[in-house]
Amino acid sequence: MSQPAPGDDCRHPLLRVEDLRVDFHTRSGTVRALDGIGFELQRGEIMALVGESGSGKSVTAYAIMGILDAAARITSGRIQFGGRDLLTVGEKAMRSIRGRELAIIFQNPRTALNPIRPVGRQIADILLQHGGVTAAQAPRRAVDMLAKVRIPDPERRAAAYPFELSGGMCQRVMIAMALACEPALLIADEPSTGLDITTQAVIMDLVVELVASHNMATLLITHDLALAAEYCSRIAVMHAGHLVELAPTPLLFTMPRHPYTAKLIAAMPGEAGRLDMLAAIPGALPDLRRPDLPACRYAERCERAAADCREAPLLRLTSADGRQIACRHPL
Amino acid sequence: MPAPAVTIAGPTGETLLAATGLRKLYPLAHAAAPWRRRGQRPLLHAVDGVSFAIGRGETVGLVGESGCGKSTLARLVARLIDPTDGSIRFDGAEIGAVPAPRFGRSKQRAAIQMVFQDATDSLNPRFTAFRAIADPLIRLRNLSGSALRARVEEAARLTGLPLELLSRFPHQLSGGQKARVGIARAIAVEPRLLVLDEPTSALDVSVQIVILKLLQELKQRLDLSYLFVSHDLGVVRLLCDRVLVMYLGRIVESGPAAQVFAAPAHPYTQALLSAIPRPGARRSRIALEGEPRSPIDPDPTICRLYGRCARATDLCRSVAPPLRRVAAGHHAACHHAACHHAACHHAVDATETTQAAPRPLAVGS
Repeated sequence: MSQPAPGDDCRHPLLRVEDLRVDFHTRSGTVRALDGIGFELQRGEIMALVGESGSGKSVTAYAIMGILDAAARITSGRIQFGGRDLLTVGEKAMRSIRGRELAIIFQNPRTALNPIRPVGRQIADILLQHGGVTAAQAPRRAVDMLAKVRIPDPERRAAAYPFELSGGMCQRVMIAMALACEPALLIADEPSTGLDITTQAVIMDLVVELVASHNMATLLITHDLALAAEYCSRIAVMHAGHLVELAPTPLLFTMPRHPYTAKLIAAMPGEAGRLDMLAAIPGALPDLRRPDLPACRYAERCERAAADCREAPLLRLTSADGRQIACRHPL
Repeated sequence: MPAPAVTIAGPTGETLLAATGLRKLYPLAHAAAPWRRRGQRPLLHAVDGVSFAIGRGETVGLVGESGCGKSTLARLVARLIDPTDGSIRFDGAEIGAVPAPRFGRSKQRAAIQMVFQDATDSLNPRFTAFRAIADPLIRLRNLSGSALRARVEEAARLTGLPLELLSRFPHQLSGGQKARVGIARAIAVEPRLLVLDEPTSALDVSVQIVILKLLQELKQRLDLSYLFVSHDLGVVRLLCDRVLVMYLGRIVESGPAAQVFAAPAHPYTQALLSAIPRPGARRSRIALEGEPRSPIDPDPTICRLYGRCARATDLCRSVAPPLRRVAAGHHAACHHAACHHAACHHAVDATETTQAAPRPLAVGS
């Protein structure tokens, strides 16, 4: 292969998303789902994308993977990945990048796996497509992958169908599929939601361990701020299609600067001693179809909002400590 | 029949509901195949000999992972399904023996109401919010006309549901509003006990807190008691007076919430609490190895956690541990529970055994 492996140059980030805007055209109007998202991700780094449902975190992930719904239009932006712009390389090139260099773990492993194909065969399919193995080697490698994600008795489990495995086991199979070709970037979209808490811990520990041993970059998408805090070095908080704050994890918790981040942290049940110590976040996400959306989409829920928050364009700042905030009146 | 581990922490100390030796066994269907008809059908032990009580004005949390039987237990208490064995006494009267369809028409139906997990799935999509709240009032209270309207509107007001939303269908309501409809429907008939099955698990954090605060307020205002089923330990810690921890059909630990969270006695509870995500949790994680034991015809002489527990000894394989007192009002079903509890100096007194299961051969020392 003539092309250098993505992210070899350590001065450049592995992934750089710039000014990404995505609209969805629906019968009831245009949904402005993402508005000017930008962030960078280094090789070997685990970063979280956190937000409530509808904040645009999955849309961001799907845009990077190039698997957005047909109703979606990317109206501006660039997604630089290992020296290429994923938005301009075309579907044929994307097809070879996906699976080999970019991989995703979906939220519900049972629906993401093919129900009528043994799990070992599903892993072998990926290896045959991208991994440069022969048809004779593929089954053996698939079993090795199952062993790597610590599925007990991998030879026997390779022949199992998804319905024969528990939710945690299916998620391990998904991870094995995602990691089969040793991708440079792994997107984990709520990988442990719907799993039991002890299984969740085991799965997340496994992902982090494998990611570290392969020096992969990971984008963890979650609604659980506590989960993000445990595993990620940086956290990006999303609200209604805006990236409102991005900061190193300890800094985000000790000194949140965007009012929404502060509210989210104050709403975490794990932090409080009593229920009345928790504060709810007033209001709801604004309807993203509205033509009169305020410039700052949090303005209508925000205690610090002033007239300029609604009218003047959203102010995005990057401070010296590497923190990004989108707020005119930060804390 | 095992004696109940009755430890009431309610504000009045008065028992509202007491379950004793409750069991729910499901015969497995495949055994009905003709060539298998001989002999015993395998039984799935969903709830296997559970005893507990709920005091008046008390919030009891029921935690455990999927498949542990917590939803089955909730449905037994709400009398939606019949127990295979055991008794449920509510307000002094035995209700466990009344078949569920007949209970549905009895006077006590209104006294025990249930709030279901996902309001989207549990509300009839063709009923407006008004009709959803009115339905139990029509069936159980025989209300109609203006009396019905007044009662529905009162329930909506109590749960903070704007009256103009009453004419909407579920798909026109937000997640938080649907949760309010589900709660309004349950409290409309003036129950005394609410069984809440994961009422906030489908909601975002910001909405979740509003609903939890609403539940706490309603409890005071309407003199309610709660059985709160949840897998979210953070929420249980904040809302509940007492917790029951279930594993494979059995209660493995029960006690005051503050105490169980501060000093869990059972290895399973310890693993569960150590799995709560928080920065640095990975270093102190207690992992449960392997898969849970099968709930189908479990061996009554083996501890249910055997094979996943790092503290297991030969004793755990020969005698299933009964619930034993580890501190005042705090019980755990583990042979080795006392060793790593805060009250380590006090040896476990065998006379304090609260479930008349086989006496332990030896108490871990």
